Amino acid sequence: MTDDLLDGLSDPARAAGWADAPPRVGFFTDTSVCIGCKACEVACKEWNAVPDDGFDLLGTSYDNTGGLSANSWRHVAFVEQPALPPVDPVSAPVDALAAAAEATPDFRWLMMSDVCKHCTHAGCLDVCPTGALFRTEFSTVVVQEDICNGCGYCIPACPYGVIDQRAGDGRAWKCTMCYDRLGDGLSPACATACPTESIQFGELSRLREKAERRVATLREQGVSRAHLYGADPDDGVGGDGAFFLLLDDPEVYGLPPDPVVGTRDLPAMWKRAGLAALAMAAAAVVSFAGGRR
Amino acid sequence: MVPAADFRSYYGRPVVKPPVWKRDIPAYLFTGGLAAGSALLAAGAQFTGRPALRRTGRVSALGALAASTYFLINDLGRPERFHHMLRVAKPTSPMSTGTWILAGFGATAGPAALAEVAPLLPERGPLGLLRRALPPLGATAGIGAAALAPALATYTAVLLSDTATPSWRAAYPHLPVVFAGSALASGAGAGLIGTPVAQAGPARRMAVCGAALELYGAHQVESQGLLGEPYRQGRAGRLLRAGRALTAAGLAGAVLGRHSRVASALSGASLLAASVLTRFGIFEGGVASAKDPKYTVVPQRERLARRQAAADGS
Amino acid sequence: MAEAHPVGFQWVMEAKSRGATVIHVDPRYTRTSAVADMYVPVRAGADIAFLGGVINYILSNEKDFREYVLAYTNASTVLSEDFQDTEDLDGLFSGYDPEHGAYDQSSWMYAGREHEGRQAEQSGQERETAAGLRAESHGPPIGHDTEKDPTLAHPRCVYQVLKRHYARYTPEVVERLCGVPTSDFLRVCEAWTANSGRERTSALVYSVGWTQHSVGVQYIRAGAIIQLLLGNMGRPGGGVMALRGHASIQGSTDIPTLFNLLPGYLQMPHHRQHPTFDKWVDALRHPGQKGFWSDARAYAISLLKAYWGEAATADNDFGYGWLPRLTGDHGTYRQVLDMIDGKIKGYFLLGQNPAVGSAHGRAQRLGMANLDWLVVRDLFMTESATFWKDGPEIATGEIVTEQCGTEVFFLPAASHVEKEGTFTQTQRLLQWREKAVDPPGDCRSELWFMYHLGRRIRDRLASSTAPRDQAILRLTWDYRLHGERGDEPSAEDVLREINGYEVDTGTPLSSYTQMKADGSTAGGCWIYTGVYADGVNQAARRKPGGEQSWVAPEWGWAWPSNRRALYNRASADPDGKPWSERKKYVWWDPEAGSWTGHDVPDFEKGKDPSYRPDADATGVDAIAGDDPFIMQGDGKGWLYVPSGLIDGPLPTHYEPVESTVRNPLYTQQANPTRKVYDRSDNQLNPSPPQQHAEVFPYVFCTSRLTEHHTAGGMSRTLAYLSELQPHMFVEVSPALAAERGLEHLGWAHVVTARAAIEARVMITSRLRPLRIDDRIVHQIWLPYHWGGQGLVTGDSVNDLIGIALDPNVLIQESKVGTCDIRPGRRPTGVELLAYVEAYRKRAGMSGDRYASMLTKDEHDG
Ligand SMILES: Nc1nc2c(c(=O)[nH]1)N[C@H]1C(S)=C(S)[C@@H](COP(=O)(O)OP(=O)(O)OC[C@H]3O[C@@H](n4cnc5c(=O)[nH]c(N)nc54)[C@H](O)[C@@H]3O)O[C@H]1N2
Ligand SMILES: Nc1nc2c(c(=O)[nH]1)N[C@H]1C(S)=C(S)[C@@H](COP(=O)(O)OP(=O)(O)OC[C@H]3O[C@@H](n4cnc5c(=O)[nH]c(N)nc54)[C@H](O)[C@@H]3O)O[C@H]1N2
Ligand code: SF4
Ligand code: SF4
Ligand code: SF4
Ligand code: SF4
Ligand code: SF4
Ligand SMILES: [Mo]
Repeated sequence: MTDDLLDGLSDPARAAGWADAPPRVGFFTDTSVCIGCKACEVACKEWNAVPDDGFDLLGTSYDNTGGLSANSWRHVAFVEQPALPPVDPVSAPVDALAAAAEATPDFRWLMMSDVCKHCTHAGCLDVCPTGALFRTEFSTVVVQEDICNGCGYCIPACPYGVIDQRAGDGRAWKCTMCYDRLGDGLSPACATACPTESIQFGELSRLREKAERRVATLREQGVSRAHLYGADPDDGVGGDGAFFLLLDDPEVYGLPPDPVVGTRDLPAMWKRAGLAALAMAAAAVVSFAGGRR
Repeated sequence: MVPAADFRSYYGRPVVKPPVWKRDIPAYLFTGGLAAGSALLAAGAQFTGRPALRRTGRVSALGALAASTYFLINDLGRPERFHHMLRVAKPTSPMSTGTWILAGFGATAGPAALAEVAPLLPERGPLGLLRRALPPLGATAGIGAAALAPALATYTAVLLSDTATPSWRAAYPHLPVVFAGSALASGAGAGLIGTPVAQAGPARRMAVCGAALELYGAHQVESQGLLGEPYRQGRAGRLLRAGRALTAAGLAGAVLGRHSRVASALSGASLLAASVLTRFGIFEGGVASAKDPKYTVVPQRERLARRQAAADGS
Repeated sequence: MAEAHPVGFQWVMEAKSRGATVIHVDPRYTRTSAVADMYVPVRAGADIAFLGGVINYILSNEKDFREYVLAYTNASTVLSEDFQDTEDLDGLFSGYDPEHGAYDQSSWMYAGREHEGRQAEQSGQERETAAGLRAESHGPPIGHDTEKDPTLAHPRCVYQVLKRHYARYTPEVVERLCGVPTSDFLRVCEAWTANSGRERTSALVYSVGWTQHSVGVQYIRAGAIIQLLLGNMGRPGGGVMALRGHASIQGSTDIPTLFNLLPGYLQMPHHRQHPTFDKWVDALRHPGQKGFWSDARAYAISLLKAYWGEAATADNDFGYGWLPRLTGDHGTYRQVLDMIDGKIKGYFLLGQNPAVGSAHGRAQRLGMANLDWLVVRDLFMTESATFWKDGPEIATGEIVTEQCGTEVFFLPAASHVEKEGTFTQTQRLLQWREKAVDPPGDCRSELWFMYHLGRRIRDRLASSTAPRDQAILRLTWDYRLHGERGDEPSAEDVLREINGYEVDTGTPLSSYTQMKADGSTAGGCWIYTGVYADGVNQAARRKPGGEQSWVAPEWGWAWPSNRRALYNRASADPDGKPWSERKKYVWWDPEAGSWTGHDVPDFEKGKDPSYRPDADATGVDAIAGDDPFIMQGDGKGWLYVPSGLIDGPLPTHYEPVESTVRNPLYTQQANPTRKVYDRSDNQLNPSPPQQHAEVFPYVFCTSRLTEHHTAGGMSRTLAYLSELQPHMFVEVSPALAAERGLEHLGWAHVVTARAAIEARVMITSRLRPLRIDDRIVHQIWLPYHWGGQGLVTGDSVNDLIGIALDPNVLIQESKVGTCDIRPGRRPTGVELLAYVEAYRKRAGMSGDRYASMLTKDEHDG
């Protein structure tokens, strides 16, 4: 049953019934070249007419967006990592200061533009009871705003915490991978705006190859922690349609280290529910079988 | 100071989104369970000739179902679009499956309850015809409702578990037990309140079975290591502890107060209250687990480490 | 650069991915540092020491591109015997005149040309009108007999003088002054020199982190010296590029919105120095001098013909008498102070928001509050339009709305997408912009406003016979009108006029060399001639890069003559051969007898590399076949600048006007020729060796955030930008936070002698305390984008800053100052004034106390 439910490993669009679907497209977000300009955040809002997300100073470095939400479909994370070990420049003797500067790797400021992963096995899509969420011909995952009734189920179902309900509107919103633009042969707004090609849009299989090469290059240059995230079709969601090159553990950027789509365990869940249901029926029978009192 | 984001999280922000569901959802869980338990009670009473118990069961099944449906719709961001649920039947969506179960249950529990008005109808005329037709119809419908009741009581456990909410997901083997037990206990509780002691014997026994399952299941849920923690702490912990106390009280009352209508009704009430508390407790526990990135990251890290160890070992 | 020029920064990332090393030298760790290979924290205001160190490294390790240096720079030229260096005179060059606070520049001249040097009084005057640099592009007169030593051994040749001057800027001194560890510094030197020479070139890209200093021009000069020594000028991939700010800042110096220039860098006439047309023109062209400025008479007359058309005749000196004259300093800061003093009655603000964007915000607002009328044309209701009802001075009682006599006219402006025209960017590339949408409501373009304002004024004056009104009545004012309302002047018509045309036929000129000094040609800006060649709008060309050569000559149009790299003769060796195959750009084709290459050669096409001028040649003829810097009097790149600069021929380290550090190099603390306005409303914080400098113990630095734009009018009004940086904040290091008890996200206030402003605290390791000369210097950083209007509001950083200017171009020192920082919010209302006054009292500033230009070693003041 799992295999049935998690169909379409290689070609989700075809599995979803698109007979002559174009090749699967996606994003490769290379965080090693992100400059944190947030052009992606703004371009997304401009194109998709997403409302602003409030004016709150969060104190989390230059991130005042906080995370992906119904009103932020791109989110640029900023992580300040002081050089180790910290030397107090005020009290330390000059040579200790110099020695520390020599010995420790530089202070790092990681930046990463997060987005919906357009999972091969999308928890949000699987659980949506109205069919508002659907798999497009491009193998992306999109909410139909005229169908969604705001049941909210997709929200806890997403293993990445992406999709969210918009306050005052009631419906669920997230990145559409600019479905309307793709239909017109354009690239998504965020990728188009990104000045450094941190966000690369294209055919997923090609992006995966490109990303492998990029990791290899970075490793050669001594960036030992560079690795791909979400590029593996054997992972818990069947691989992401939007995957990343990270320079540190996923959780540092607010990403789950080993996400698994709920549907994977669904047969087991129903089995346990069936057992409980049987027990319930049995309990009822027993209750009445005990005589007339 | 811009906090040094530690190795595990991004400024302590949640990795997964906590559910946006309001209190309607635990209320919906409770009322759904109550409807299921009541329908079973009614069906048993129907078979064993306990009209008062049957009436209580059928009426509370329908009432609870109506409330449950109300809560479900009320929680929607766009309630006027409730019927969009009926556009599709999706096996991957427990909510879709549940909606159809709910619909089927409504289609049976409704006529069953309706049949209870038969004695109030005139004996002659077209209504008299109805008065004679209703009881057999009600009997059939009541059996149908009882058949769907276990599914109605337990699908909600799957609904919660089929999420990325860490403590719900991890509790998937045990949540159905809690929910089945809670449904039985609450149905029995309603039976104890609405039925004279003479006919309430099965409700008492059902209360014992239900309470036992509920207590056992909840214990399992709470003892699952790190992911049981959210059920033991804070609001969820308080709710579940109070629920457990009331279940125990209800259980004792059901057994010891079997000769007193008042004692029976009190124990029924405490079983109902216990069920409410348990549902809210389970709900809150899940929400708490989603809010703290620890519950997402640590188990996933451990899983990765286990996989790595296995890979290294082979 | 990633912060303020993210789109341009893509090319840096592209270069990095192709193997380039990116080094970021900045007082704070920014988004640029985050992706750089190396980040070097530096003390704000100490870059000349840093760059001087690089020069010293190049010279003492003989890393210069010797052939290039010998052939193309003035390294071998011998200086006057009278010249004395700052190293000899404890921080002053020879010729300092305390009375004028300026130099007698005779001793700075090449040997034998001493008589050409400016007198102290003259260079003091040039400071007032920012005239010094203007002359640099013309160059001082050079004699044929000027002594040179090709062996570079002569103790007074530029090369040796340079070497001695920078000998003291050792890595250790750089470390002491800038806080840069020696190892970091040497890595920078090695990377820069290794990437320069025959096979490679390095580009130097700077922006306002370098310019907004009281020694700003000398910062750039120091960079230029390095680029010349390494042979990085006039060659592909080399150069010194100013990253521009507003979209057409380059355009607004070419066709200036500056008080001291006319289009094409012709200087604005001064009433005393240029009483006659010929005096003015000769000041432009320097009769008898080498180089292309010798034709300046044709440029000047063509400009006047463009202004006054038929009314400009040889008989009336082409209307020279109608040109306004300078009488002294009319810079923006002088004007504001004059407004305070009631000397200026009316003011136009066209796309500027000085209430937030200009130094000394309080002075800006008090000045504007003392006018009769003020016209603000802007896209948004800015602080400069509303100061009279909600500026900070309302709270302190210094401006009382009911008593404020300024009548403010707010006129909504069309934005760049709502009108047509050109933008000129840093590479001098003009790009035509179509109108995308009509402006909404009453919004109108600048062109519309100026044209119709002029038209109405002319209507009003129509019957006037007053001579002064003739200047306006005789103007050509005849642009075609078009557009939906039929009243929008054609921007193409304006461009055609700027390009220039033959007066008789109206035929557009295709090159400035066609301009005539007899009134037969007209042209609004000689360097732009060719942009409308053949009657075609060349700026509107948009041929994709893939369909043309890599130099992309058919994208837009670059001045002069669509030349993409200036002085590109230097990309070939003296014989006209490319320095290397890899860096081939423009070269001499002996067969064809002409210069050719990828770009338009910046040289006379048929001038053989072996051409040597006669001794009595002047102008263009006097440029030798191996003189690539054709605008300079000697055709050479200047390592040493004998004339043109107010503050010295060589960059040397001075402390910022407000500094916490005593100049470790000389007794002279700050630039001895800086422009100051000593008046009680513009006192500057005391710096060593003045007493009480410790009252303002920290250095602050101001700059930009990617998320906002300048004074905020165009970003704080937009939700999508405001939400990204929703609050004014101040960045401090963890150590300073501990020292002052500041809490992350809590409030703090920053105090100077001008104001106290409040901000939320951002504690971050991106700021590091530096060890300077055995003490710790804490730097704090503030973005300058906030003000009282818009979706997100906050105190303005410029309220903190006093007016102290670079003497050459009158730019304000807004990149560095001293301050105190305290936890909590600032007082409000009159208490705020008292609070600041208490600081001033403690700093001994209650009376009229000003630092003298010349630093005395004893405590002065
Ligand atoms: N997003 C955005 N982009 C902009 C603008 C904007 O407001 N917002 N403004 C535009 C305009 S008008 C301009 S002029 C340009 C300006 O562009 P930039 O000059 O790049 O902008 P700034 O951020 O003012 O200053 C640059 C850096 O100089 C550093 N700095 C300050 N003092 C010193 C010093 O003494 N030495 C050294 N080495 N560095 C120093 C600052 O820390 C800062 O990081 O940007 C343009 N682009
Ligand atoms: N402390 C400190 N101060 C600084 C700097 C710094 O680094 N530190 N940087 C300085 C620099 S480099 C600059 S350039 C200045 C900038 O200072 P300002 O030029 O005073 O500030 P802006 O906000 O850019 O003002 C431009 C205004 O023009 C309006 N505008 C835009 N387009 C048009 C148009 O087409 N027509 C008209 N009429 N209006 C238009 C905008 O809405 C905006 O309000 O600030 C300077 N001040
Ligand atoms: S990341 Fe979440 S919202 Fe996006 S497709 Fe996957 S499950 Fe759905
Ligand atoms: S909220 Fe909308 S998109 Fe999400 S599961 Fe419910 S109906 Fe589907
Ligand atoms: S693909 Fe489109 S919708 Fe998705 S984040 Fe980018 S711009 Fe927004
Ligand atoms: S646009 Fe590109 S470089 Fe800028 S923040 Fe987004 S991903 Fe990073
Ligand atoms: S605003 Fe314009 S000039 Fe500035 S970086 Fe963006 S594209 Fe370039
Ligand atoms: Mo600027």
